[in-house]
Amino acid sequence: MIMYPENFRYTKEHEWVLAEGDTGTVGITHHAQHELGDIVYVDLPKPGSNCGQGKPLGSVESVKAVSDIYSPVSGEVLEVNGDLVSAPEKLNEDPHGAAWLVKIRLSSPSELEGLMTAAQYQEYLGAH
Amino acid sequence: MPGTLEATPLNAVHRSMGARMVDFGGWDMPVQYTGIIDEHHTVRRAVGLFDVSHMGEIEIAGPQAFDLVNYATMSAVSKMALGQAQYSALLYEHGGFVDDILIYKVAADRYFLCVNASNQAKDYEHIVAVHAATGFDAQVDFASRRYAQLAIQGPKAGATAQKLTPVDLSPIKYYRFADGEFAGIPARIARTGYTGEDCFEVFFEPSHAERLWKEILDAGAEFGIKPCGLGARNTLRLEAAMALYGHEIDATITPLEAGLARNVDMSKDFHGKAALEKQAKVGVTRRLAGFEMVERGIARDGYEISIAGSPAGWVTSGSPSPTLGKNIGLCYLPADKAAPGQTIHVSVRNQPVAAAVCTTPFYKRAK
Repeated sequence: MIMYPENFRYTKEHEWVLAEGDTGTVGITHHAQHELGDIVYVDLPKPGSNCGQGKPLGSVESVKAVSDIYSPVSGEVLEVNGDLVSAPEKLNEDPHGAAWLVKIRLSSPSELEGLMTAAQYQEYLGAH
Repeated sequence: MPGTLEATPLNAVHRSMGARMVDFGGWDMPVQYTGIIDEHHTVRRAVGLFDVSHMGEIEIAGPQAFDLVNYATMSAVSKMALGQAQYSALLYEHGGFVDDILIYKVAADRYFLCVNASNQAKDYEHIVAVHAATGFDAQVDFASRRYAQLAIQGPKAGATAQKLTPVDLSPIKYYRFADGEFAGIPARIARTGYTGEDCFEVFFEPSHAERLWKEILDAGAEFGIKPCGLGARNTLRLEAAMALYGHEIDATITPLEAGLARNVDMSKDFHGKAALEKQAKVGVTRRLAGFEMVERGIARDGYEISIAGSPAGWVTSGSPSPTLGKNIGLCYLPADKAAPGQTIHVSVRNQPVAAAVCTTPFYKRAK
């Protein structure tokens, strides 16, 4: 049984965000990496670029498929996880931890309220 | 549409073993078990087992079975020995592919065709139409329901298969086969495959499928055998640069364009020959080529290709290559721009990403 961290918020597109102060750390969920299979490529935005909630942030590719990542929150990209460029397989191994994708300065923290809690996300997974 | 997919006799076994299932051309098939990369390496380094029971079979028998098979297909059927398999294709009058197939010569008056799953009904109808037009004395029999097929692939394929049959497999060369007992039942044991590795494929009566699947996994356990899905089958065949219907070949592509001229016997008469003769005379305008990505990015099926900023072709198959650790693909290019070394750009999500034409196959096993 996979634990979905209680302090994350989740999207229907299977991204997560962890808000700490005005910074949101963004990743993809265990479910997302499992559905994709072996992840072999990650495309991330440039630090300094702006992203809007629900807008494409980058993409991850498995052997078989390409999947867009949508930003769960709006704001400026502060940092990207450069380790994933050379080791994209980390997304399969630790999607809720070491394989975070980007850190974003939250421009509209209230957006978090519209996202799912861990319990809601697990219920959402169960229904799909 | 759920509920309308075709299933092989091993469908429940795949599900119970934790395979991930996908709709593959109307068939509910396992795309992966442990993961595509792991299964891919298992086949290159040891041995993997694939359920390929979705493949179709057509039997042609009778006094003029040779004449019908020879006329209906593009290859040199006259050169086949008993117990030999040959890569071939059924062509339309205009030279495009109905399907690519394997012909097995079972007897002087009996041939066994293995055809692609999603094309089998079309293939049968095509052969029946050619048969009606030619009037050769032969019977054409749609035999798919009488056969399950398992593919044992990898350097340990022979060692695995040999444990289950009294037939001596060592004299069976690549693209040869023998009929004999396998795991206690009558079977056709063929040294054919779709991975670029050593290989044995076994055809047998479908009611035994579950038992044979398990016996092969048991026999191969000492070599590290794993069940494999169509995901690894695709990356393996792409590294070996083998064509996949609907990607490298289809009704709009001819064998000359697909780089399969060596598999065509232009000295015989066959359905579609006139169109190929005409094309050979004027020369092909496009050609299948292999490429490697130079810049970062993965080419995918259907991505557009440009050369010096102008549209030039399209990707037929593109994937990371687990064996080579590169991103590779096959594509159609203008015939005068398809030589190794040619720089091309693949449009990856509207960004041109540089790649270079290279020789194929991408992977060739050490003999």
